[in-house]
Amino acid sequence: MPSTYVPHAAGYVDNDGPKIVTSRFSHEDSFTLERSLATGGYEGLRAALGMRPADVHAEVRDATLLGRGGAGFPAGVKWGFCPEGVWPRYLVVNGDESEPGTYKDRLLMERDPHQLIEGCLIACYALGLSQCFLYVRGEMALAQERVATALNEAYAAGYVGRSVLGSAFSVDVTLHWGAGAYIVGEETALIESLEGNRGMPRIKPPYFPAAIGLYGKPTIVNNVETLANVPWILRHGSGAYRKYGSEASPGTRLFTVSGHVERPGVYEVEHGITTFRDLIYGEAYCRGIRDGKQLKMFIPGGGSAPWFFEEHLDLPLEARDVGQAGSMLGSGAIIVMDETTDAVRACHRMVRFFARESCGKCSPCREGTGWAEKILLRILDGHGRPADIDLLLDVGDNISPGPYPVASFAAENLEAVPFPPLQTTICPLGPSAVAPIVSTIRRFRHEFEARITRSDTIPVVAADPRAGS
Amino acid sequence: MSYFDPANERTAREVIDRYPRPRSAVIPLLHLAQEQEGWVTPAAMAEIAEMTGTTAAEVLGTGSFYEMFKFHPVGRYLVGVCTNVSCQLLGGEELLHHAEGSLGVKAGGTSDDGLFTVEDVECVAACSEAPCFTVNHRYFHRADIDTLDEVVADLRAGRSPLPRGGAGDDGDLPAHGTLARVRQHIPDDRRAGIVPPEQVDGAPAWLLDDEAE
Repeated sequence: MPSTYVPHAAGYVDNDGPKIVTSRFSHEDSFTLERSLATGGYEGLRAALGMRPADVHAEVRDATLLGRGGAGFPAGVKWGFCPEGVWPRYLVVNGDESEPGTYKDRLLMERDPHQLIEGCLIACYALGLSQCFLYVRGEMALAQERVATALNEAYAAGYVGRSVLGSAFSVDVTLHWGAGAYIVGEETALIESLEGNRGMPRIKPPYFPAAIGLYGKPTIVNNVETLANVPWILRHGSGAYRKYGSEASPGTRLFTVSGHVERPGVYEVEHGITTFRDLIYGEAYCRGIRDGKQLKMFIPGGGSAPWFFEEHLDLPLEARDVGQAGSMLGSGAIIVMDETTDAVRACHRMVRFFARESCGKCSPCREGTGWAEKILLRILDGHGRPADIDLLLDVGDNISPGPYPVASFAAENLEAVPFPPLQTTICPLGPSAVAPIVSTIRRFRHEFEARITRSDTIPVVAADPRAGS
Repeated sequence: MSYFDPANERTAREVIDRYPRPRSAVIPLLHLAQEQEGWVTPAAMAEIAEMTGTTAAEVLGTGSFYEMFKFHPVGRYLVGVCTNVSCQLLGGEELLHHAEGSLGVKAGGTSDDGLFTVEDVECVAACSEAPCFTVNHRYFHRADIDTLDEVVADLRAGRSPLPRGGAGDDGDLPAHGTLARVRQHIPDDRRAGIVPPEQVDGAPAWLLDDEAE
């Protein structure tokens, strides 16, 4: 093996904190049924089957398990939105993880697929869901293999399928693959895709597919990490779960930290009480910025989140606090950028992502994201015009009108605008593209201006935006 | 005469049987077609339409939305270099330039020998292991231009470059189109019963038992 290779499953970094969803990650065979059963696997399911379905639901609701996909909505409450007397009901598991900076769900599927399957089964039992669809991102070949293998093992061993563990509970779990589309992570787009259509979000209302979802039937859509927490809650009880983390955000959460830190990785940390500073600078976590450099900015919750700066490091990793401070915790992806980072170039790359991934259903997003990307590209190329900075903000304002969520700047006496933004679009993809624009222009307007001024003196040959800076 | 070879046709039927409605199988069957031939041919789309009760236009309509489906031949190895921000910060764009230069193509193009197609891809979900590239959706972490050169040389020489050991991928690197090398299989005697939604009336048995108590 050439020396430059790093093992495939690198990424997860162990720390001394509590382990709710990563407890098996240190085992090399963590994905096998044998290892799962030897370490308490399917005990949460056994516990659930000994309870009334409504009590299982109550246990999850009492745990205040917040959704881990991005919006942070309490799963137990979402589970209660199915209309009475409408059957069948379905479970769709959102494993279409594509948010820039995030890959916790991939590790959960690759390293502990049985934990996820167990969580799905418990949800189906509690709510009377007759079939579960495990939607795994198309590009995640190894995750698909591991989930397929785990499902085959679980069917053969009687954990999934007809009469689960000899009980009256029967459910089929179908593994489904996506085919490469970020927008399919939006739950109504996910359902469209699962029905065999282009993955375009549906008009709201209804706001929750629990009312009208897959094939028009009540459908619960949960993120992989959310469901991975459920077996632990049933095994140990909601009271034990609430002992970890903060009152508003109990339990633990997986954070993916990438970019210019000494030790990037996926960390399981207590929700709500750990701060960004702990995570980025802590000895048990990322150990600070690489090469002794200074922090310039960081994205606190995936590509869709407005950016944070030095003065926001002491905020707790808690959805409400981060939201009030003008951004979102989103999918728990933190991208750290040091002082050498070119703000315009990073902004352009993030906007390009949203421009490529816009599904094209709503005009402000379809036209606006592409337009903003073109403007940013010409600024990078040295062909920017003086009016371009305000034009960018104006394009953003047409996707997301009014004051856009931003972090406070103590030095300039500016208050934060809380999350979420308003939107002229069906789904939050368009407004997400505005986040890097507003964040960087507000903080680093001079960098944009410098690029544009330079265009007066170097008008002929465009600088290659992809040449090293 | 079916488009799918006999083994794939059996697989296709089994896939359709896992959904309450056949149309839901369109995306999995497009993957199966791509696995068979490396890209999605018009004949494949006609066949999928036939099997799922849709039209070839609907199959193309769905398929063309998704990045992974190729409607023209591509290389045996799809080299996807991530240039999204986490990778960009650590040299993803330089890596893409090197791949383009060394293979003699621009992103989206296929090398003259038909072996390699290079793509400038969005976040592949390995952000802490940046910069990262994939070959047929198998990961190469913390890569530099030497890693890329070694992988290309291995593939040209017919060797599998997949990292061995640990908890990761191993074995041979399959040709473009093959994703998971393990398929889900629901044994008939274990199947709970998958039926169209309109054939379901009333709450499932275990809820009724609960209410009766």
